[in-house]
Amino acid sequence: MSPPLKSMLGVLAARGLQAVIVALIVGIVSFAMMYALPGDAAYRIAAGRYGYDMMDAAAAEVVRLELGLDDPWLIQLWSWIGQLMQFDLGNSLVYGSPVVDEIATQLGFSLLLAGGAVAASLLIALPVGIVSGLNPGGLFDRTSMGLSVFLRAIPAFALGIVLVLVFAVQLKLFPVAGFRGFDNLVLPSFTLGIGLAAVSNRVVRDAVVDAMNADWRLFSRTKGLSSRLTLIRHVLRNAALPVVTYVGVQLAYLIEGVVIVETVFAWPGIGHALVHAIFGRDIAMVQGTALTLGLLYVALNLIIDLACRLIDPRGSVA
Amino acid sequence: MTDQSNMMALPHLQHKPSKLRLARVLGFALLLWLAIVAVGGPDLIGQDPAKQSLLSTLERPSLAHPLGTDHLGRDMVARLLSGAQLSLSLAFLSVITAGLPGTIIGITAAWFGGWIDRILGAFADAVLALPGLLLVLMLAAMSPGSWWALYAGISLTLWVEYFRYTRQRARIVLAEPSVEASRLLGLGPWLLVRRHLIPEIGPGLLTIAAFGAATAVTSVAALGFVSVGIRPPTAEWGVMMTELLPYWREAPFLILQPVGCLVITVLALHLSVGGMRRP
Repeated sequence: MSPPLKSMLGVLAARGLQAVIVALIVGIVSFAMMYALPGDAAYRIAAGRYGYDMMDAAAAEVVRLELGLDDPWLIQLWSWIGQLMQFDLGNSLVYGSPVVDEIATQLGFSLLLAGGAVAASLLIALPVGIVSGLNPGGLFDRTSMGLSVFLRAIPAFALGIVLVLVFAVQLKLFPVAGFRGFDNLVLPSFTLGIGLAAVSNRVVRDAVVDAMNADWRLFSRTKGLSSRLTLIRHVLRNAALPVVTYVGVQLAYLIEGVVIVETVFAWPGIGHALVHAIFGRDIAMVQGTALTLGLLYVALNLIIDLACRLIDPRGSVA
Repeated sequence: MTDQSNMMALPHLQHKPSKLRLARVLGFALLLWLAIVAVGGPDLIGQDPAKQSLLSTLERPSLAHPLGTDHLGRDMVARLLSGAQLSLSLAFLSVITAGLPGTIIGITAAWFGGWIDRILGAFADAVLALPGLLLVLMLAAMSPGSWWALYAGISLTLWVEYFRYTRQRARIVLAEPSVEASRLLGLGPWLLVRRHLIPEIGPGLLTIAAFGAATAVTSVAALGFVSVGIRPPTAEWGVMMTELLPYWREAPFLILQPVGCLVITVLALHLSVGGMRRP
């Protein structure tokens, strides 16, 4: 087996293991939630299935027998995890529909928002970082540094409130919340994107400074390339690796941000559904949405791993 | 002996650019002020944060209510102070709860190495498999509105960073010839850790603690804001934002107050350790 293929398989195996751990943690916590929440789980599930009016003690007893709710908890946990491993997420206790169907529509919206956020952050971070990095210590560099520190201290949902009040309510440039068209994508994307860019523009700047001071950059200037061509062909390409790596570091922030910001903007995605499910004690939905967000995190990490390998095939970056 | 520890601390001081001094002083001053405010709480002004007065709702700032009153006529200053008390005490406690075991486990892993190191590392990786807030969210869902769930969840996600940092640094420091020499001299493990390791990792741990506290304050407010954390009527900054959002037109100055408090707190914590953590 060739070394690149081997390292690629190593990456896949590590992320696969992470996915299994995510599923186990989510499954166990959801299972514990069933025990911890007040009330009889059998009654709760029966009410979810048949509606509160059609449910009685007999129906609850049927559910209890069918799902084995009287079994020792270790056996219950075993079958719970077993179902999870077969991607059987059950039905929503509130809506009655299969959790998978609900998530299938929500996932698209969350991916759209995540993509919009990364695009917005790059839109801000790349120009700001490159200009700062080309003249380190200059006025622009220092101003962007100060702004970064300040913007980084603003939590995403607080920034969301301020942006809504200014751009949606006062200036009426964008819709306030919900999803009717791509206008709705702008504010939530920039809410998340500004937070991401506050850190990543410094990473871009440092990468550009490093690249500008490198020996090979001096060499390409000496051999007669114009400073513009050097920048485009050599400096920016070499600066890309730390930037892409850092997008990977920010993924946790992105997933967390998606959960909160979707709620601020009533965005019909998975994060909003998760918060809603927690509020409505819909354990099946909590498990399904948390699992999907967790697996999304793993999948995005995998993409970043592979992208790093593509940019720098030497595989020096773990 | 003091000379020796000074020499160890000196390189850190020299590395620091003087420009950051001002930011740090400002951050520490803000932190000190916040700490006093949080310890005093609503008692400082002698107002009850829960006392309603439905005849004077959404009032503009006045002498009796320096920052106005909310939609139920409750004094905003008292509520903000009580929110500060809740957020900062939770942040402080979870940083301690996460930091001490995290550091000790990190040193243990680096000291013994081998399979102990591998098991502890795997455990840390398992906690990091999920984004931190997701874990806190699920734990909060288990017992809605409970302070303990938030505290446990935040501490559980924060300790990993101390562990990883300490393990990585301790591995390098413990392999240094100077440590080897001290060990050959017959110095005990506690002395080695105190003399060689603590001066080396101390500043880094402080940075992690400040950023961890900021994460904790933000998480509490975020969960309160989306109604899965602390519940009303408790005065908490995130809860206050949700409560005051519908009244932004009548009283825009009210909703901006808890937002401002949150931003100032996080900013103070970031500034106190130099503002920007290098990735």
